[in-house]
Amino acid sequence: MTQKRKIIAGMSAMAAASLVLTGCGGSGGDVDADGNVVIELAQWWEPELPDGELRGLIDEFEEQNPGIKVELLSGPYASTREQLVTGAASGTMPDVVGLDGSWVNDFAKQGAITDLSALMAEHDYDDSTLASQVEVDGSTYMVPAVNFVYPLYTNDALLAEAGVDQPPSSRTEFADAARAITELGNAAGTAMPLSLETPSGVQNQVMSWLWASGGSMLKDGKPDLTNEGVVDTIEYFDELYQDGVFAPGAFTMKEQDMVEEFTNGRVGMMVDSLAHLTMIRESNPDLEFSISALPAEDGYDGKRGIPYASWGLGIAESSEHKAEAWKLFEFLMSEEANAELASMAKAFPGNTESVPDFVEDDELMAEAFDIYQAGYPANEFTGLPVAEDLMRQMNEQFQSMLEGDISVDEMLETTQESWSAEF
Amino acid sequence: MSTVAERRGRAEAPAPGGPRRRGQGGAPGVRRSEPFLYVGPTVILIGVLLVIPVVTVIGYSLFDNVITNPNPEFVGLAHYAALLSDTGFYTAVGNTLFFTIVSVAAHLVIGLVFALMLNSPLVGRTTTAVYRTIYVLPWLFTVAIVAVLWRLLLNPNGVVNYLLSFVGSGSTEWLSDPSLALGTVTFINIWAGYPFFMVSLLAGLQGISADLYETARVDGANAWQRFTAVTLPNLKPVIISMSLLDLIWTSQQFALIWMTTGGGPVDATELVSTYTYKLAFTKYEFGAASTAAVVVLVLSMILAVFYVRHQRAKE
Repeated sequence: MTQKRKIIAGMSAMAAASLVLTGCGGSGGDVDADGNVVIELAQWWEPELPDGELRGLIDEFEEQNPGIKVELLSGPYASTREQLVTGAASGTMPDVVGLDGSWVNDFAKQGAITDLSALMAEHDYDDSTLASQVEVDGSTYMVPAVNFVYPLYTNDALLAEAGVDQPPSSRTEFADAARAITELGNAAGTAMPLSLETPSGVQNQVMSWLWASGGSMLKDGKPDLTNEGVVDTIEYFDELYQDGVFAPGAFTMKEQDMVEEFTNGRVGMMVDSLAHLTMIRESNPDLEFSISALPAEDGYDGKRGIPYASWGLGIAESSEHKAEAWKLFEFLMSEEANAELASMAKAFPGNTESVPDFVEDDELMAEAFDIYQAGYPANEFTGLPVAEDLMRQMNEQFQSMLEGDISVDEMLETTQESWSAEF
Repeated sequence: MSTVAERRGRAEAPAPGGPRRRGQGGAPGVRRSEPFLYVGPTVILIGVLLVIPVVTVIGYSLFDNVITNPNPEFVGLAHYAALLSDTGFYTAVGNTLFFTIVSVAAHLVIGLVFALMLNSPLVGRTTTAVYRTIYVLPWLFTVAIVAVLWRLLLNPNGVVNYLLSFVGSGSTEWLSDPSLALGTVTFINIWAGYPFFMVSLLAGLQGISADLYETARVDGANAWQRFTAVTLPNLKPVIISMSLLDLIWTSQQFALIWMTTGGGPVDATELVSTYTYKLAFTKYEFGAASTAAVVVLVLSMILAVFYVRHQRAKE
């Protein structure tokens, strides 16, 4: 009996000790059994790419850099963000991180991601090949590895049926086409994903129209939401909404829902990421559609801003292996690897010298590349503080306005006020 | 209270005397530490998983720029004052109350009705087993599946609207119409949660002695009188326990709301849980989010106290 009690007591003590140890343990293990330095790359890209392709690219890196192993920490976009937020808080951010432009300001201000300008200077890096860099207070904190542009997708059959012979290029043409498609009765003219879960619809499908006409929602880096361009854009959407040309359920629609509606022929036109091109083709091989630049204000003939989203790269300030992390960064931004990444992602490269293979053998991608080159990448939310919250604030007001609870002016004044408080 | 005191007395009495009486084998130090080794794992587990996080969050609620800044600033009760003067918070509290109370009430009524039906002697054993399986299905799905399933069903082009189109009403935006959204998510939550009540109440019903019904019948009680005088009083402990637990769980529901409406349209389905999440993960105001969490903690504690009291009373 006493023996039994001793065993139980001993086991309890071991359990207690192991609990304490698991509590205290955690990080570490950044050098493996063979003496290789192991760095982590956290991103949401791997699940969005064909199986094994990102790993293949990383294997190339490991071959070229003996002594460095890369562990991929992959998850969906939203959980990657949460992982980084908590990692930033606890100082355990993975060494190299996939970043979205809208997160950069907060992580940089928090001191969680490192100043890449300093690292570039330290390694005598020539940044002239980088297509763009996201800066906070004059220093680079993120470099877009690849860019996804948001062109206008149009369903050829629905447009033809509605008597429209080419994709609209001005706001009036778009409104007319949307009304004509809606009047057919079996599809909606366009769609607007305004779900508050991921409020990026305000960026990609609403404010993008302002940038396409050369407008801006900022002045000297501060919110300027009551200027004429913004008012005209919001009034335009209000009018379209009251005309009933949007697919029903806009207030809880996610971008994914919109793509499904378009793929199934229930929506005639949408502004969406080029990243979905392959998926649309695979889901509905019979669907004939075109890609064109976002419609601009009538009579506008300047350069058109093309909304874009990035898979950006950053390095954690807390990384103990910054030299190795820098090597991975340099590799991913190199001409060859960047072209490979862009090809597999069907996106435009962050290195201006990289040429992705799809441009030559895919007509629609070539068309998109032309649009990209004719305009300029525009996304004013990139680099703003609490960017996602700014979108959510505007989204809530936008929904209230469309519901008829407040006027366009009230919507913009309220949003201007709440945005100003964040700057 | 006397029950509690007595039980405490019983539990404490043997501890000092016990080891001394046994008095043989092992060094005195080991013997003295033995009880601590037994309770050690539990104490550490509760400490690490419960006490430390709760105390940390309460601490955070008194500071500004916590987590995001290495040197947070002490602001005392400023976050509490800001929270209690924010109309958005009251909207969230109102929505949470509606969502919780309606959900729990409906869970109870539907669970009870189904449990009574399944317990009826008129239904055969096989039929009961089949229906029990069917009725319990919603409970087996995880919240993510429930959310995706109902998003698809309630899509403006979805199955529900298609079926309604046969009776002339097929264009309802169940989740996107601000006047319907809260009712719709409450309905989904009711659907997902009633089996928990049903299973528990069914177990309770099966524990009621047939003699009681027999006696009631002999006394001339009709079906309704038997239900109110025999069934309900016997189920009361189960009903109260379940209701309190459900109130606590439902008031903290987050995933279902987040994955169906994200708290929208506008703020129609904003609950305290989504309100807190947004403060933390989109505004990065962890201090303010902690404050909202502490307020929820206090409200949940009130329910928890009732629950524990009820459990003790039962013992």
